[in-house]
Amino acid sequence: MTSFRIDKPSGVDFEKPVNFTFDGRTYRGFAGDTVASALLANGVHLFGRSFKYHQPRGVMGAHVEEANALITIGRGAHAEPNLQATTIPVTEGMEVYSQNRWPSLKLDLLSINQLAAPLLSAGFYYKTFMGPTKRSWMLYEPFIRRAAGLGAVSTSPDDQAYEKDHRFCDVLIIGGGVTGIAAGLAAARSGLRVILVDDRNVWGGQMAGVDDDLSGQPLDQWISHSIRELRELGAELLSRTTAFGVYDGHVHGAVQRLADVSSHDGVRRPLQRFLKIVAKHSILATGAFENPMLFRNNSLPGVMLADTARHFMDRFSVACGKQIVIYTNNDSAYGAARRLAEAGLNVAALIDTRPSVSAACQSLATHIGASHLVGWQVEKAHGRHRVKAVSVCKIDDQRQKQRISSDCLAMSGGWNPVVHLASHMGMAPVYSEPMGAFIVDPDNLPSHCHVAGPVAGTLDLPSCVNGGFAAGMEVARQLGSTPPDPIEATAMHGFIGDWPMKADVETLSEKAMLDFQNDVTLGDIKLAVVEGYSATEHLKRYTTLGMGTDQGRTSNINAISLLTQLTGQQIENIRPTRFRPPFTPITLGALVGHHVGDHAQPTRLTPMHDWHAAQGAMMVPVGLWWRPRAYLKPGETLREAYIREAGNVRENVGICDVSTLGKIAVQGPDAGVFLDRVYTNNFATLPVGKARYGLMLRDDGMVLDDGTSWRLGENDYLMTTTTGGAGAVMQHLERLHNLYWPDLRVSFVSVTGQWAGMSVAGPKSRQVLGKAFSGTDFSDAALPIMGVMSIKTASGTILVARLSFSGELAYEVFCPACMGTEIWCDLLSHGADFGIQPYGTEALGALRIEKGHVAGGELDGRVSPYNLRLDGMLSKKKWFFGKPLLERDGLYDDDQYRLVGLISEDRQPLQAGAHVVFGDKASPGPSQGWVSSVTYSPSLDEEIGLALVKKRALEKDTGMYAANPVAGIHRKVRIVSHHFLDPEGHRMRL
Amino acid sequence: MIIDCPCCGRRPVSEFSYIGDAEAAKPDMHAPAAEWVKAVYTRTNPRGMHLEHWQHLHGCRQFLKIQRDTLTHEIFSVELVGVYASGEGE
Ligand SMILES: [Zn+2]
Repeated sequence: MTSFRIDKPSGVDFEKPVNFTFDGRTYRGFAGDTVASALLANGVHLFGRSFKYHQPRGVMGAHVEEANALITIGRGAHAEPNLQATTIPVTEGMEVYSQNRWPSLKLDLLSINQLAAPLLSAGFYYKTFMGPTKRSWMLYEPFIRRAAGLGAVSTSPDDQAYEKDHRFCDVLIIGGGVTGIAAGLAAARSGLRVILVDDRNVWGGQMAGVDDDLSGQPLDQWISHSIRELRELGAELLSRTTAFGVYDGHVHGAVQRLADVSSHDGVRRPLQRFLKIVAKHSILATGAFENPMLFRNNSLPGVMLADTARHFMDRFSVACGKQIVIYTNNDSAYGAARRLAEAGLNVAALIDTRPSVSAACQSLATHIGASHLVGWQVEKAHGRHRVKAVSVCKIDDQRQKQRISSDCLAMSGGWNPVVHLASHMGMAPVYSEPMGAFIVDPDNLPSHCHVAGPVAGTLDLPSCVNGGFAAGMEVARQLGSTPPDPIEATAMHGFIGDWPMKADVETLSEKAMLDFQNDVTLGDIKLAVVEGYSATEHLKRYTTLGMGTDQGRTSNINAISLLTQLTGQQIENIRPTRFRPPFTPITLGALVGHHVGDHAQPTRLTPMHDWHAAQGAMMVPVGLWWRPRAYLKPGETLREAYIREAGNVRENVGICDVSTLGKIAVQGPDAGVFLDRVYTNNFATLPVGKARYGLMLRDDGMVLDDGTSWRLGENDYLMTTTTGGAGAVMQHLERLHNLYWPDLRVSFVSVTGQWAGMSVAGPKSRQVLGKAFSGTDFSDAALPIMGVMSIKTASGTILVARLSFSGELAYEVFCPACMGTEIWCDLLSHGADFGIQPYGTEALGALRIEKGHVAGGELDGRVSPYNLRLDGMLSKKKWFFGKPLLERDGLYDDDQYRLVGLISEDRQPLQAGAHVVFGDKASPGPSQGWVSSVTYSPSLDEEIGLALVKKRALEKDTGMYAANPVAGIHRKVRIVSHHFLDPEGHRMRL
Repeated sequence: MIIDCPCCGRRPVSEFSYIGDAEAAKPDMHAPAAEWVKAVYTRTNPRGMHLEHWQHLHGCRQFLKIQRDTLTHEIFSVELVGVYASGEGE
């Protein structure tokens, strides 16, 4: 294996070898290497296949601008796809895989797409799959999905650790290059709380390792000394941290990569940390990316950005080629050429598209001994998996040609400032003529946001350092701190000057690649313009230019420059496409953090939870609550258990934990008036010691919730709500009070957690209570239906209300939460002689469906009281909230739904969510309604359900079906009254 | 977004709940249905300055009238409304 390392110190530690695999083959890198540098050092230039045409691709960029070398790290559930090989440090045992190749990287059968290139041109998807040929999408989709794509996401759950955190600071500096470091120094020296973030694992950005002097001090030394000073001044320095988005209220989203693969020592450490950083001020020192040059085969492995070739040599001692050709339209590449030549690499030629260059450039070319072709351009790169030679020609006389052997073509089309984060804030970048790129106009930014370095339009080293320092001083001034004295840095080499020359679109190959990640060529741009998609946002959507994970970092400027030539527009008048967060792809794992599985949301447990758990109850989540679903006896199925539990309520007595019901204390002199307004039925006449069932509507007349309110005293009510409706009802009451009737003297407190609640239901429930609370009279006279009594005990007051949800003689017993388990166990032990058994939500559901009581399945926010046949609850005598809009005629027409009962004709279970239809399975016809709740009814020995069916359909009921086409189930049903059992309510009047 | 609650100070938007358009008419209890239709369904939904009701749901639970630019999300004023609007309280 040939090594492409050169003998020179750099950021890699040759004492510390690191072994990793790429597509199963083992390679050796060193500590400090990235995946890209380690593979290039091993002579590997083929990293992957391109998105659309499956062309071979290698490394083109130094870091996060990389569009081609996308890799997957890890396997199975731990695989993380679409990572840039240039940003991931290699670690021992790391498994790296190439992407978008089939069956293998070298032999990619789908590269036949290259031959079909004319078919995959701009607007391909729109032309082929919209309009009359839309159906063909179905046909081609599987093939296209396989042929055009990036890395694959694992479908297995990711068990790796991630975490979230918050940070607050005076100033957040985004970018740890020389500009950001200088800004940090000024701010930290002023005593400000500074956070400096950078996505690289070294400080200094693209200038790390650059051979230059800053005010007489070696640049690398200035960087390390400054970083040490920042640490000493208490600044928080976050490397490998990408600030991916800027949001309202000075909130910044950032992800810190702590590791790329899980450790193998069994200790669970987070891989990534999602940071929400709230900063009083921010300084964007995000630097710039180099632009590629446009020519045929400019995406071939071995063709890379000029400063990238320099960077791999300076940072990693990697020679990207043995015979390098530099191709540029500006001065900056001459610095890279000088550095490469001084390191002993062979720079064979310097091709410059400009008609003439400065004397400094000429003497530099002579100094390094490169053939200097000024006014020439590259026509084509030759080679299959790696560049072997380049064809060049004179621009104004294309008959003059040369073919130059080269294994590395290093190109520079000027620099493109990273304006993404300013764009997130809604700022439109402005065109800078000297820079040939879009920059941030500080006047367009909010006052708390500042820019420095290339983003502000400066590219040379001393200007970046001085500008960064000045931005830090400005923040200090605005925050009332005393800034340090300004600095006047000077550099030895710096930047030569003279900005890029735009290429003439007429001289360029149509096959020149513009967007390396999405395979968008100059030809695609031309076609889109011809077809009328010449506005930047249209062009982007029509050609997919700039839509990859790299967001067009290296294609934007070239595309806009060509677009202006093709359309005759002035570049100043072009508005670049707006960038949106995230700047780089963010894993869902990082955003979710530790909120997964049991920790996805808070858990609420009732006071009797431990008892249920000790009984081995089958639990079920209901919103945030966990409730017993059924208490299964050994060998019992869920169905057997709930049938037994419900049957026992009808026959003897059962007890159910209803602590999850929402409970709101409504108190004050006007509490009664208030309730009379929010409930549809009359509450003004409710006496003390009585409860009433009430219905509550939203503004639009639809049902919000139902429940009972108990009048405990003259000005004291206890309102209960459904388990799921508690929060919404509380907010509804507060809103009506504050925004509609602030003059009413009433207040609300949620007391859901204060009361334990249990329902004791069944013909023998009175006997159980009588025994448990001996000395208290529970006779019909003492506690009639809807009566409420309070029992004072040494530990607290217990409320007993005679309410029935099951249709049986039943009581709701509320006690202070701390007494919950005690009272629950008391009732169970006193009820033993009467056959008491606990029952869960399944039995509760079966009992209420038999009675036709509505619950969550029916109260879905889309139903009116008329739909639920609760119009009897609407007072005709008084006004109530929601009444005006309930009077709209349309709410009563023949297309409205009405609550009905269903019985399964063939005795097979029904399914909630099924549609009610007229037709058989072969021709079901349109939906006439839906099934909202289902159960087996122990009392009827039938499979039953509640449904909402159109009034029009009910009138011509000629036999209906409950259709579930997803499960392939079609059941014949009989429509009956939703009061399946005891419609007159005799059973609860015992 | 960060909202400066008069009771609690600067808090992240995730603590608040948007209630509705504070510029929409609030009909009288006995106003005809047409007025309620206007109040419930007709929204100006402006691009720019807007008066809105918010509730500090995960905080003091008070109702706030907020003047906000819907384009930039800049907040210009926050005032307490409802029962404690006068600042007297109980
Ligand atoms: Zn508050």
